[in-house]
Amino acid sequence: MAYKRHVDRLPIIPADAKKHNVTCHYCIVGCGYNAYTWPVNKQGGTEPDKNAFGVDLSQQQSAQTGAWYSPSMYNVVKQDGKDVHLVIRPDPNCVVNSGLGSVRGARMAENRRSDQTGTQQQRLKEPMVWRYGTWQPTSWDDALDLVARVTARVIDKDNENDLFVAMFDHGGSAGGYENTWGTGKLYFGSMKVKNCRIHNRPAYNSEVHSTRDMGVGELNYAYEDYELTDTIFLVGANPLETQSNLFLNHMVPGIRNGAKVVIVDPRRTVTVNACETEAGKENVLQLAIKSGTDLALFNTLFTHIADQGWVDKDFIANSTFQGDVAQAEDGAHPAALGGFEMAREACRMSLAEGAEICGIPEADIVKAAEWIAKPKDDGARRKCVTAYEKGIIWGNDNYRTVGALVNIGLATGNIGREGGGVCRLGGHQEGYMRPSDGHVGRPAPYIDQLIISGQGKVHHIWANDHYKTTLNASEFKRVYNKRTNMVKEAMDARAGATREELVDAIVEAINAGGLFSVNVDIIHSQIGQAAHVILPAVESGEMNLTSMNGERRMRLVEKYMDGPGSAKPDCLIAAGLAQALERVLREGGRAEYADQFKGYDWASEEDAFMDGYHANTGEIVTYDRLRAMGNNGVQEPVVDFKDGKLVGTKRLYADGQFDRHGRDDKKALFCAGAWRGLQAPGKTQQRDSYAFLINNGRSNINWQNWFLDQDNDFVSDRYPFPFIEINPEDMAELDLKEGDLVEVYNDVGATQAMVYPTETARRKETFMLFGAPSGTQGNVINAGVNELVLPNYKQTWANIRKISDAPASVKHLSFKPKEYTPA
Amino acid sequence: MSRCSKMVDVGRRQFLRGGALAAAGAATATVLPVQPAKAAGMAMVDYPANRLGNVADLKPNEPLDVAYPDDDAPGVLLKLGKAVEGGVGPEGDIVGFSTMCPHQGFPLSYNAERRTMNCPGHYSVFDCEAGGQQTWGHATQNLPQYTLRVDDKGDIYAEGVDELLYGRLSNVL
Repeated sequence: MAYKRHVDRLPIIPADAKKHNVTCHYCIVGCGYNAYTWPVNKQGGTEPDKNAFGVDLSQQQSAQTGAWYSPSMYNVVKQDGKDVHLVIRPDPNCVVNSGLGSVRGARMAENRRSDQTGTQQQRLKEPMVWRYGTWQPTSWDDALDLVARVTARVIDKDNENDLFVAMFDHGGSAGGYENTWGTGKLYFGSMKVKNCRIHNRPAYNSEVHSTRDMGVGELNYAYEDYELTDTIFLVGANPLETQSNLFLNHMVPGIRNGAKVVIVDPRRTVTVNACETEAGKENVLQLAIKSGTDLALFNTLFTHIADQGWVDKDFIANSTFQGDVAQAEDGAHPAALGGFEMAREACRMSLAEGAEICGIPEADIVKAAEWIAKPKDDGARRKCVTAYEKGIIWGNDNYRTVGALVNIGLATGNIGREGGGVCRLGGHQEGYMRPSDGHVGRPAPYIDQLIISGQGKVHHIWANDHYKTTLNASEFKRVYNKRTNMVKEAMDARAGATREELVDAIVEAINAGGLFSVNVDIIHSQIGQAAHVILPAVESGEMNLTSMNGERRMRLVEKYMDGPGSAKPDCLIAAGLAQALERVLREGGRAEYADQFKGYDWASEEDAFMDGYHANTGEIVTYDRLRAMGNNGVQEPVVDFKDGKLVGTKRLYADGQFDRHGRDDKKALFCAGAWRGLQAPGKTQQRDSYAFLINNGRSNINWQNWFLDQDNDFVSDRYPFPFIEINPEDMAELDLKEGDLVEVYNDVGATQAMVYPTETARRKETFMLFGAPSGTQGNVINAGVNELVLPNYKQTWANIRKISDAPASVKHLSFKPKEYTPA
Repeated sequence: MSRCSKMVDVGRRQFLRGGALAAAGAATATVLPVQPAKAAGMAMVDYPANRLGNVADLKPNEPLDVAYPDDDAPGVLLKLGKAVEGGVGPEGDIVGFSTMCPHQGFPLSYNAERRTMNCPGHYSVFDCEAGGQQTWGHATQNLPQYTLRVDDKGDIYAEGVDELLYGRLSNVL
């Protein structure tokens, strides 16, 4: 039987409940919500004057009402040490979502730790140290002292290369401007740590280097552009599932306004189906290309559009580089960058060639080009908004492919204008404020492979779970367990030793090839099982937190509840670690180095915000000013404060001046990246050796690596295992039934998944859910990356064999098609 | 054509009130709910035992429009033709569900071939053969299902709902 809560009544929010601004802390869209809190011994009434909505709640409310909340939007939590009711409900007045809640965000309340209702008991409350053969809770002073003493032994003023750092760079969740600044100031300010990586990839790099090098920041539009455009061009993206309310509240209205849709994806997603439902099949064109051939498609489109003369000549003349090569191809630039004609020649690809490589009809490429760029009958320029995400970001030849897509936007003058934009859709919200990362270099060190090869002595991890979300994960886990176990064994052998003796024992173990692992997270993660010190952090809402969404809309989430136990904001953990390092270094007679760790006397996350964001962005934005802007916030960059309001920027590059590359001429560059097949090492061989494409990505219900969802009954009931969508004829050949547990295996590893029959899946092309705790898809992703160490998840091939019949936990599940049907 | 599909014909962008939806269902006219009990101060609300129909009224795989626990809460009875968990009747194949989408309250329509309820508002899909599990969608709860009982005469009674109904903070208003 499907999971049911058997909650048939909820407390009513009283009229005088506290109301807080909340931006959803999950995906990039950043939907507005309100958190209501009130004392646990009170409740409102159904009469209009007795509830927060001012309506008669004794009556059935209409569809799309703002005066209803589901059981998942309710919880009992602590606020200032007291038990309070909590409701987190979508905000009808937020322009981002207009009252829509997603299957992720509408569970925010239920996904808070509550000792009253028993939710999220996995949240960490106290620091823990590996001691007496397991993890023992301890004080912050004790835990930070051990981290500082071990760390201080492997770093020095001029050489911090033995300290490896994995740190999130995102907004929302436990990220945001406060926390990226806290960690950034420590590792890039006080220190100059070179060996570092970001939460979802094995190096400290951009996922979209090429668009930035071309002068075009990747989040350049406003969401309203989807409502103002003629064509929506979606590439390697599935927004109905992964940016749900952007799709529902902005793309669908655009489609209803008459926009056509071009979708590049080898897989028929629910997004394709929904677009067809809204626009009619005749107005939706899916280009189901062969996996990894996006670059050939874009170069063919670029060629055809240019040959037809469907380009914006004035825009090219006024806003793009006039000349040949502005930036030559080199180790840091996997393609040359420069003028339109130069790039056009380098990218030239005929319709016949493109159709052959991509495996689609020439006529479809021509039709796509017409929908994207052909001027209207009256000669007016066609507006087209282009959105891309992991399909190409984590796909073949990242640099050239993203660059080729931006080429089309630049050639047609569709950047910086209403109804235009060439943007990534994004995963998390953003919230990046750090000192320069220039010392890291480009290409950045491939950290996971360095760890596998035995490098690094101390590893600080801030909300990364490589075990679930890195590539080459089978080998990474094997080596990481071995190296960290060496340190655990050394610590176990010195039980009862003094701190000095213990640190000596740890240092001896790491000098022998061990690794000392410090894990800062909100839960005891999978990689956290290898940790020696665990430090508990809080999330958005348990602290004040600022981020921006996919149209650069910045909001302040107001703290509405206490964090679990003594858990702290990451910025204050970083500050505590900096202070501990300063003290330890000074004690050790390293005064000059110790001085570098001054400047962390922050009493709150607001202090960190003022030290970071405020001080580095013109000193305009403050918490008070942002709070007053509510859930609609302000779009960055914020340029002024006038008439009591922050003044932002609706879309970037409206003046035709492109500056993301830092060039003084402010001219955009085109990318001269010719097609070169599967670029990353090992991919072609894997494709030729294994039967199935293991395409992979997200579902709408599972957020990120399921870190909270793994403890959410509604979600874990639906997917106890990651699904793998397989064509029924392939299932028959493998003698598989729905729900069967299968092993997916290839030359680099193996993982498991649950069979989900999918009629629309092409033969030999599967799709597996990413990031699951019960079947890590990254186990079968090889180590191959592009020149700038961008991982290539999407092009993965493997074989499939049955492990067992459907396990008990999946026998009650729905295995029906996920596509909506009108009747 | 089932009543649920007619709801879609009414116009997907029309935000109908629950009462209007229930009134549109012809079958509800044959059902006379007893006065629902008011919510009392107990953990579960006190549900009325309402006769929703008779086993003889149901044709395999054709939804019968009902309302429960009151006229403002539209739903369906379904005879699925195979025994399912929570199913009642001689074949254990009769189930009942709310037809207000638990995401945003849009009226669901029944796909007889797939035996799913489908939401025209935001494309969610619920599986009537799997306890109303959301096959795919935006709702944070599975489709509210009725607790049913069949008496000696074949009359089908609803006596409870297993999730909160959309648009009300108490299943019994």
